[in-house]
Amino acid sequence: MSRGNSSSTVDPAEIEKFSAMAEAWWDEQGDFAPLHRQNPMRLSYIRDKACAHFQRDPKELTPLKGLRVLDIGCGGGLLCEPLTRLGAQVTGIDASEKNVAVAGLHAEQGGLEIDYRCITAEDLAETGETFDIVLAMEIVEHVADVGAFLEASASLLDKDGAFFLSTLNRTTKSFLMAIVGAEYLLRWLPRGTHHWKRFLRPSEVTRQLRQSRIEVRDLAGMVYNPLNDSWRLSRRDLEVNYLLYGQKAD
Amino acid sequence: MSKQTTSSREEKSTQAPAERSCDVVISGGGLVGLTLAAALSGAGLSVEVVDAQEPRKVLSAPFDGRASAIAAGSRHILEGIGLWSLVADKAEAIEEIRVSDGRIERRASPFFLHYDSEELGLGPLGHIVENRDLRRGLHQLLSSRKTFRLHAPDLVVDSQRDANGARVILDSGVEIRAALVVAAEGRNSPLRRAAGIPVRTWQYRQHGLVCTLEHERPHHGVAHEHFLPSGPFAVLPLRDDDAGRHRSSLVWTERPELAERMMALAPKDFAWEVQRRFGDTLGQFSVEGPRWSYPLSLLHAQRYHDTRLALLGDAAHVIHPIAGQGFNLGLRDVAALAECIVDTRRLGLDIGADAVLERYERWRRFDNMMLAGITDGLNRLFSNDIPPVRLARDLGFAAVERTPGLKRFFMRHAMGLVGDLPRLTRGEPL
Repeated sequence: MSRGNSSSTVDPAEIEKFSAMAEAWWDEQGDFAPLHRQNPMRLSYIRDKACAHFQRDPKELTPLKGLRVLDIGCGGGLLCEPLTRLGAQVTGIDASEKNVAVAGLHAEQGGLEIDYRCITAEDLAETGETFDIVLAMEIVEHVADVGAFLEASASLLDKDGAFFLSTLNRTTKSFLMAIVGAEYLLRWLPRGTHHWKRFLRPSEVTRQLRQSRIEVRDLAGMVYNPLNDSWRLSRRDLEVNYLLYGQKAD
Repeated sequence: MSKQTTSSREEKSTQAPAERSCDVVISGGGLVGLTLAAALSGAGLSVEVVDAQEPRKVLSAPFDGRASAIAAGSRHILEGIGLWSLVADKAEAIEEIRVSDGRIERRASPFFLHYDSEELGLGPLGHIVENRDLRRGLHQLLSSRKTFRLHAPDLVVDSQRDANGARVILDSGVEIRAALVVAAEGRNSPLRRAAGIPVRTWQYRQHGLVCTLEHERPHHGVAHEHFLPSGPFAVLPLRDDDAGRHRSSLVWTERPELAERMMALAPKDFAWEVQRRFGDTLGQFSVEGPRWSYPLSLLHAQRYHDTRLALLGDAAHVIHPIAGQGFNLGLRDVAALAECIVDTRRLGLDIGADAVLERYERWRRFDNMMLAGITDGLNRLFSNDIPPVRLARDLGFAAVERTPGLKRFFMRHAMGLVGDLPRLTRGEPL
């Protein structure tokens, strides 16, 4: 299995830098602490919906065995690694060469086989490859052309596959929480990480996805509890972060 | 050295000891450690237990003559891991608990507290099971688990733990890589010491005397807790033996000097001393088997975890046996830790991560501290003969006895049915 074409082209002097970055990505108290806090909730949503979709038992240790998963915008591999441990055959793509190198290095240290590639969703879609599960987590708010991105993501999904997306809603509350709170007050994220105007309402994502022949089957909010620094799923509160699961329309 | 592990026996043809790898290494194969092993291996995780004792010796009668009180919540845990069905026919149900205040050769105080299972309507208040029956059941259960392995007799002599993983080195030379190491080594836990985790501890000026009593009349499922000036004196109902003899388990706390003298007595004289303190409700006592005596202490670790290390049971907390809660607390630790580990593993996440171990500690610390405090307070309240204190506690008994809501709460707490309970404790599958 290729471990990302970019990792082989990396200058050895760069390796040290990447390894420091990998440590930063994977340090649960470090720069990416908010993502680590969210991860159990995101994973349980993906696992439970995917198990229902493919009729697997979520109590098994490798319930996703044999399923091909694509993680678009994989970053340091925070989702790719656990999904691999759950039995999936995971491909992680990222537009950043550094992220791909960092993720590859960390997977290697942990003895995990993950196919990391530095490629965009649009370019990968050109190859005609498809996957059983496609993840577009916290990525759609960063892309320039949402329609083209979702069209490409949809074409990467197998006709019987499961599609997951998470993003930020465009509400007053999300402005206060995600921009003012997370970037300015708590400094969880560098300032300018998010552009509020690019945030999409659930109705907008749902409509765009339907144009790309993906039917949204479930929507859930992600709610932060500052008292115990943890996240939980909410059926009602989609005001800030939300997740969705969909499948190909017949 | 004659020590040889199961694994080194198989692989002795190779010179260098093989490096093994699993999800969880448990140091200590006592009741609590093996129960965790059963819970985790039942969920499919690979578990290796390292125990200092020869398995055959551990299962023999003279090794451990103690019996354990299994509260209702603990019974759910044992049901959940598949052990209860293997020991149920050896367990005696406690239908009634009689708590009374007394002095040697005096009638018990007229004020006494009386707990009846019918009052709560949740089945028996608990069960008494002999430790060797629990141990035999656990070995039987685990022998069929493909992802379980026992290294015994063997010892963890070194452990290296960091963000990437843990590695333990055994006395036999075997090396095991794991995501998490659990110390279930009892109160003197070497792994806890090596990790530099401080403890708060003190000795009670008391010893616990333990043995099995045989008696003429049946106990009818009644547990007696008799408060004597030197400490609590409990007679707990056991199953009749194969010859149909009625039996109870004695837990007698006594001042160290006197405990030593009692241990030195001939069986017949010892039985007579028991009789003097208990009275003749159960007819004449006799003591056939071995007797044990050990100093009582309280211990609480300041942290329950370190990098990729979790403390379990007595390694984290030792309490006074006054309420028979020590093993129950250990089982509640097992239920909470097993749930933290299994839930994390089922998400594909790192089971040795700090966040996982912090969750376990948050879950267990308060309950353990509460019971350490309660049992310590009870012991201080009851282990004396000062008349005003005697009067106050007798009135306290009477007050609890007459306040049904309070009494129900105490009963439910003692049964392990209060608080935010792990799935196993609620009687749900892991």
